Amino acid sequence: MTRTRTVCPFCGCGCSFYLLSERDRVTGIEPSPSNPVNKGMLCVKGWNAHEFIHSPERLTKPLIRKHGEQVESTWDEALKLVADRLLDIKKQFGPRALAFLASAKVTNEENYLFMKMARATFGTNNVDHCARL
Amino acid sequence: MVGLAATFGSGAMTNSINDFDDADLFLVTGSNTTAQHPLIGSRIINAVKRGAKLLLIDPREIPLAEFADLHLRQNIGTDVAVLNGIMNIIIEEELYDKEFVETRTEGFEQLKEIVRKYPPHVVEKISGVASRDLKKAANMYAKADKAMLAYAMGITQHTTGVDNVKSCANLAMLTGHLGRPATGVNPLRGQSNVQGACDMGGLPNVYSGYQPVIDAAAKKKFEDAWGVAALDDKVGLTITDMMIAAQKGELKALFVMGENPLMSDPDTSHIEQALSNLDFLVVQDMFLSETAVKADVVLPAASFAEKEGTYTNTERRVQLSGKAISPPGEARPDWRIICELSTLAGYPMNYSSPADIMKEINAVTPSYAGITHERLAGGYGLQWPCPNVEHPGTPVLHKDKFSKGLGTFLPCEFKPVAEMPDEEYDFMLTTGRIYYHYHTGTMTRRISILEREAPEALLEIHPDDAKKMGIRNNDVVEVTSRRGAVRLKAEITKRVPQSVVFSTFHFHEAPINLLTNSAYDPVAKIPEYKGCAVKIRRCV
Repeated sequence: MTRTRTVCPFCGCGCSFYLLSERDRVTGIEPSPSNPVNKGMLCVKGWNAHEFIHSPERLTKPLIRKHGEQVESTWDEALKLVADRLLDIKKQFGPRALAFLASAKVTNEENYLFMKMARATFGTNNVDHCARL
Repeated sequence: MVGLAATFGSGAMTNSINDFDDADLFLVTGSNTTAQHPLIGSRIINAVKRGAKLLLIDPREIPLAEFADLHLRQNIGTDVAVLNGIMNIIIEEELYDKEFVETRTEGFEQLKEIVRKYPPHVVEKISGVASRDLKKAANMYAKADKAMLAYAMGITQHTTGVDNVKSCANLAMLTGHLGRPATGVNPLRGQSNVQGACDMGGLPNVYSGYQPVIDAAAKKKFEDAWGVAALDDKVGLTITDMMIAAQKGELKALFVMGENPLMSDPDTSHIEQALSNLDFLVVQDMFLSETAVKADVVLPAASFAEKEGTYTNTERRVQLSGKAISPPGEARPDWRIICELSTLAGYPMNYSSPADIMKEINAVTPSYAGITHERLAGGYGLQWPCPNVEHPGTPVLHKDKFSKGLGTFLPCEFKPVAEMPDEEYDFMLTTGRIYYHYHTGTMTRRISILEREAPEALLEIHPDDAKKMGIRNNDVVEVTSRRGAVRLKAEITKRVPQSVVFSTFHFHEAPINLLTNSAYDPVAKIPEYKGCAVKIRRCV
């Protein structure tokens, strides 16, 4: 069994817990006893934070809309389509016709890259997230 | 955050979660702490049990009310009036911290001028809070040695959200409850990395570390660091303005990473129209959310357990989270998807790991300069500002001076909720979260224990109102606003005052944001989720 220290994905308290895992399956949660935020405690959401990870409804392949339907595709096809369409729209209508919504749920590193992509790659400051909501 | 930045020069929680153990008094307003921030809620309750005082200002009888020494139940959206009223009494009775006001602040005369207009009898008329209670509250807060003010979305999600925040800051400065341990103005952030998303520049007006995009030096710095010729020098669109621009056809493409605006944003029909009007919508998510269903391309993302990286909590503590397992199927961590996409779009991004990305963040973000993965791996996180690798981090902000020098009193006048109840729409709807669920429910509604405890949306309604309309517990009622209608079961409870109903936005079966008003604060662009006019009828 492996113990991995993580941060709870829900509210802004930032409680720390260990995910207990067996191969590629999370089997349980153990609050960090010495973390200054939660000191060995968790709320009911935190105690059960691992369950949604293994939901059968998780997306496992990219989807592309074809003839009105979302169908599975390869990463290559999906990413190429996104890059091409965004560049097309930028070329036709300018960078301010593009907008990017960052996330209050992903990591700092990912948010930094995301805003860098909006600004450096696509040339727009139209980047926001749902801090207000 | 805009309100605090204007007052202090920095828009974040001034103190730390550990401070909740040492305060003598808590002023909690617009935060259902035990539901939304349970581990902070329990600290408040423990502190009260050892003798700390709790002053609660909230229209609803939330669980903390049971532990409150005094609970002011103001009319919805009258926060500025109540806070001005408290300051009026504090100035009138000379209970304010003269030394702090003289040495650390500016604008006291302007504050006096405005709050003079809010004597107790006027405030009572506006807010419904009895003069006697207001006086008691003023005395409690001003006379405490170490008072912590904590607030959440009940303060910010109003058309006067920025004014509400400024008023909280004014009150804390007036009484000198700032810059010391166990004091301060403490906005409790509602999502695991909402602080970090702001810190990292996930905002239309700033790069990481709140460096303004309209500042020529900052722009130059990022052009050099990123090796690009000319960055956009105009402030971009907020989410609220993006939806308006999409509806007008000015915005053509939207890329959404890990958000679900179709459930979380106000006036859902308007959002739906906006999204339908786009030429191209990309959603990167773990699940096929309500928003992802509408997308042209959906990219499967890894969960927190399947990647490494840092999150910044409400007290500015940056913590490292490890990778426990591999993502399911072909799902990928968001950072890898961004790197590949950017490279395909002609701007190569070659990072080997999140630690590698953090090195760049350290280099361009002064407040994060000393926060490296190596340091985080060995401890329990670091609180920014942390300007170098020897720096221990900053548990208390504004110790000897404010980030901007002197703290500025920015007094505000009371303005009512944008859409007040009238003869037809005779109830005020206010919204929030419950203990068992989180945000739009994409994660928590897939957890069986939480579903068992709270499987459906309920509308809280006062017994007297229910009686008048012949509504019994669990009767299905239809709630209608000028923007839409939702059916859900009634829960008869005195948690809500008369003429007010409450529900949550966790349940897609009863998407409450069909009803809410997208009228927003002119500065922060926060919509008024906490108050709109609705009518109610029992379904037969």
